[in-house]
Amino acid sequence: MEWGVFVALTAVAVGSALTVIVHRNPIYSAIALVVTFLCLGGYYILLQAQLVAAVHVIVYAGAIMVLFLFAIMVLIPGREELGADPLRWQRLIAVSLGLFLLVEVGFLFRTRLMPAERPSAAPGGIEAVGRRLFTDYLFPFEVTSVLLLAALVGVLVLARRKA
Amino acid sequence: MVPWSYYTALSAVLFVIGVVGVLVRRNPLVIFMSIELMLNAANLAFVAFGRQLGSPDGQVIVFFVMTVAAAEVAVGLAIIVAIFRTRVRVSVDDLTLTRW
Repeated sequence: MEWGVFVALTAVAVGSALTVIVHRNPIYSAIALVVTFLCLGGYYILLQAQLVAAVHVIVYAGAIMVLFLFAIMVLIPGREELGADPLRWQRLIAVSLGLFLLVEVGFLFRTRLMPAERPSAAPGGIEAVGRRLFTDYLFPFEVTSVLLLAALVGVLVLARRKA
Repeated sequence: MVPWSYYTALSAVLFVIGVVGVLVRRNPLVIFMSIELMLNAANLAFVAFGRQLGSPDGQVIVFFVMTVAAAEVAVGLAIIVAIFRTRVRVSVDDLTLTRW
């Protein structure tokens, strides 16, 4: 059962991730990205991280993708990437470098970062995560609010300058 | 149960797709989406590692990554819209103002 779900999710996730970078129309890219995010939410549920799954779907598929669609509509797509790429060879190099990176990361995971394959205890549910977030990680958590405030002020400054 | 190494392999694949997207595409919005893809691949690796080690820390880190991603998207899209609003073409190849 779990394997079936995993394989199906993987097929959809990788396919839609490829669609994001291949499709010429950025609106289709954005919709494919939403599908990828939903698949990632499925993985989080498989990994028994229900809180992360819920927050992920709300923040990414909800908030961030709406922002993306707003930006796409403001910029009116369809006129981009007309004509041939002036640097066609760049594409070939990029893909081969990407494959090289994949081999490299795979090698790294295989050799260096391999904790023993043991049947692990469940990391605890929402309660454990929340307790950790508000005790050990309290300071980073508070710093996060400063980061969000800085982003808010920055966006306001950028938006006002145009008016 | 699916072994955790499958999740790390999947996260590596998604990360590389994001890298290739950044290198290949010329639309700044799609480049941004590729960056989001990379951040999410890292998140998946964090959750998988946390599950394997039986620790909730992996999930806690994911929240911080999400916060950074949200701030980055908001500021980045504001910059992109501010730059490309008056241009005919939306392509990063046109940004040659600071090129030497």
